Amino acid sequence: MSVAATAAPFLRPPAGVTQVMARVLLALCPATLAHIWYFGPGIAINMAIAASACIGSEALILRLRQRPIGASLGDLSAVVTGVLLAFCIPPLTPWWITACGSVFAIVFAKQLYGGLGFNPFNPAMAGYAVILISFPVEMTRWLAPRQLTETMPGFPASLAAILSGKPPGAPTWDGMTMATPLDFAKTEIARLQTMPEIRADVMFGDFAGLGWEWIANWIAIGGIWMIYKGVIRWHIPVAMLASLSLCAFVFWIADPGKFASPGFHVFGGAAMLGAFFIATDPVSAATTIRGRVIYAAGIGVLTYVIRTWGGYPDGIAFAVLLMNLCVPLIDRYTRPRIYGDGS
Amino acid sequence: MNPTRIAVTPGRFHGGLKLDGHRKLASGKPITPLPLSERYFLWLAQHYGDAALPCVSVGERVLRGQVVALQEGQRGTPIHAPTSGIVRGFQDLPAPAADSSSASMLVIESDGEDRACTDLSGLAEWDCAAPETLVERIAQSGIVGLGGAVFATAAKIARAEAGVTLILNGAECEPYISCDDGLMRERANSIIGGAQILLRALGSSDCIIAIERDKPEAIAAMEVALRDAGDERFRLERIFSLYPAGGERQLIETLTGRQVPRGGLPQDIGLVCINVGTAAAIRHAVCEGRPLTSRVTTVTGPVLGAPGNFDVRIGTPVRELIAAAGGCNDPKARLIMGGPMMGIPLRDDRVPVIKAMNCLLALPESALADGRDQRPCIRCGECAEVCPARLLPQQMYWELRDERFEPARKFGLDACIECGCCDVVCPSHLPLTRYFRWGKGQLHRQTVERERAEHARQRFEARNARIGQQKAQREARLAAKREALEKARSDGNRGAAIDEIIARKKSSTAGNDDSGQTG
Repeated sequence: MSVAATAAPFLRPPAGVTQVMARVLLALCPATLAHIWYFGPGIAINMAIAASACIGSEALILRLRQRPIGASLGDLSAVVTGVLLAFCIPPLTPWWITACGSVFAIVFAKQLYGGLGFNPFNPAMAGYAVILISFPVEMTRWLAPRQLTETMPGFPASLAAILSGKPPGAPTWDGMTMATPLDFAKTEIARLQTMPEIRADVMFGDFAGLGWEWIANWIAIGGIWMIYKGVIRWHIPVAMLASLSLCAFVFWIADPGKFASPGFHVFGGAAMLGAFFIATDPVSAATTIRGRVIYAAGIGVLTYVIRTWGGYPDGIAFAVLLMNLCVPLIDRYTRPRIYGDGS
Repeated sequence: MNPTRIAVTPGRFHGGLKLDGHRKLASGKPITPLPLSERYFLWLAQHYGDAALPCVSVGERVLRGQVVALQEGQRGTPIHAPTSGIVRGFQDLPAPAADSSSASMLVIESDGEDRACTDLSGLAEWDCAAPETLVERIAQSGIVGLGGAVFATAAKIARAEAGVTLILNGAECEPYISCDDGLMRERANSIIGGAQILLRALGSSDCIIAIERDKPEAIAAMEVALRDAGDERFRLERIFSLYPAGGERQLIETLTGRQVPRGGLPQDIGLVCINVGTAAAIRHAVCEGRPLTSRVTTVTGPVLGAPGNFDVRIGTPVRELIAAAGGCNDPKARLIMGGPMMGIPLRDDRVPVIKAMNCLLALPESALADGRDQRPCIRCGECAEVCPARLLPQQMYWELRDERFEPARKFGLDACIECGCCDVVCPSHLPLTRYFRWGKGQLHRQTVERERAEHARQRFEARNARIGQQKAQREARLAAKREALEKARSDGNRGAAIDEIIARKKSSTAGNDDSGQTG
């Protein structure tokens, strides 16, 4: 096509994609620091590994596709994918698993569809789902939070564990790892414990799991800052958290012994991360406002269903991927009424 | 309340942008008339509709306000000499049009005397004149919409049914432009007078004047003029200042909460929208017999020495506007006719002023958006958030990128008003408006081609049908002849049969001649 080089409008465009991505990374900083505080420096190492793997594989594919490498890498979207993926995995995940997920996210979920803007699935979640299914043991090997352990591994020990895949300073993993609060609750409910009994366990804090709840708070603060800065709009986080809370509320009111409270669901697991940082990925989300509300509400419902009755303790990744599938349909049926088309 | 009045139900159009106005640059000073130029260049195709037909010869003396080119077609308008002088023929100059091509301009050399033509005298008693007389006068005076659409005002009035509501558009929403603001501050009486003439011409008794809240001086001046006029038919509405509040469709939605049907006109919902500058021009044309030979133009931009609003004659080279505005201190500055959102880039400073030129904007290269770093669309939807037509620009772009025009049309491409809002918010820096302009052009071309093909097909089929019919007729005649011969033979009445055959032979020859002609 031939679009005239100079034509209206003549105003300079706003902050670009790179700045949007940079702000996403900035918004994630407080939660990352909280994560380091509660679970040790593993996440920082994982972020470095994942981001490097993402950048490396993106550069490689761009080269194979004969596309300009600098411009695409410069938009920081690959870094965001890596960082978000690293946020979802246990702190001492062996490096090859992290790298595996990152490479899958970039190569298969993103570049093979045409790169940024063309990927139907959220790359970070696609990568996470692959390694979660492929390496179930490593991917559930979560450390106990700072409050519950005497042996929080430092930076050298964490690095060694990640690089070797062996537990730091101990013959086995058993001493230092524990189930996540969501996992624990799920298992205990299956063992016919009541929710209040489960909540009495030491691993729980005010809203949800110790450590987890505060990471979730910092994620929410980062997310609200992104809304304030116009990086994301409020519809997706609000719709997703509202639908998750509503589902949780209905069942919890009906049987508080068997079902966890809305607060537990919202502040537990990756709900907050999903609401503000994952589901808000514009490329793989619905594109109309109404569509986004439906899309995000769907993620909330699916997350609740997977958490409560599914095979996994958390369901954000699968819920997001399933709703990604529905996006073309949602977009089709949520077109706004064009000006002058009658009411 | 008067029952014929349309209800003002403050609505709000979708999207829009809060833009930095930059209007203070030019709006502070009074409107300054430009000195006479040596030569004026009249572009005969400067309005909507067919180009005017020149009616003067080279070397002919003309007076200010004399018709130099006649109206052509229903929606055309005549063009008048901007001053007295001598017709010097045609000259090719870059035209102030989107494609920047050259056009032939009628050159008038000024004699410096600026004598006025007295063909038209003012209608002192216009308030008793028939509406048709007023419309005719408006047409003769070459009045077109001065807000930028340059649609013949007389044709617009003629199309409206009696009893419509007149909306006087004083919502000048594009950054930098303040010509209407200046006009409202200084010539409020002319505007109200023009609106009164319009009400009579339209057979209407309801007028809403819409002004953006960020023009307090204009609002005050118009209020004073309204008080002086003591006319009950007028209402002044202060509307929010938001781009594009002055767009006809957006203004109507803001004022009435109603929408102009897609593909329709404001007249369809009983409204006529006229720019305040047009109203003032009508007042001058009807009351003083002054055709449209000048207009107020904002000459502004950060690179000009003394930006301001100027009363300029149509045909003045923009070079002289820049000189009047203190000159341009950036040799690489880009000239734009209109505002930064919807304006048209000018090839150089020889371009003459046309009736549509509400603003001449000089922007430094650094302020322009070209050479921007384009990225793939990330479907963030910011464009849809700001779209006043409630479109999904991201989806239309997606289709147009791969030249899928029909799907783009289904997303409402034709409803795009090319306001540029989507462009300005796009984080991927995509030239969306340019895509849409291009897509609309392609769709239009396809429609024209399809119509042409359809017409050719119909012609071909009609011809085939005609030939078939002739053939059938011929065969029928032949069969009748044969039958008659058989009958004669069996009857044995040879003499009568021969006579009959001869007679039929004659008539059949004549018939063949006929058919030869119709083929």
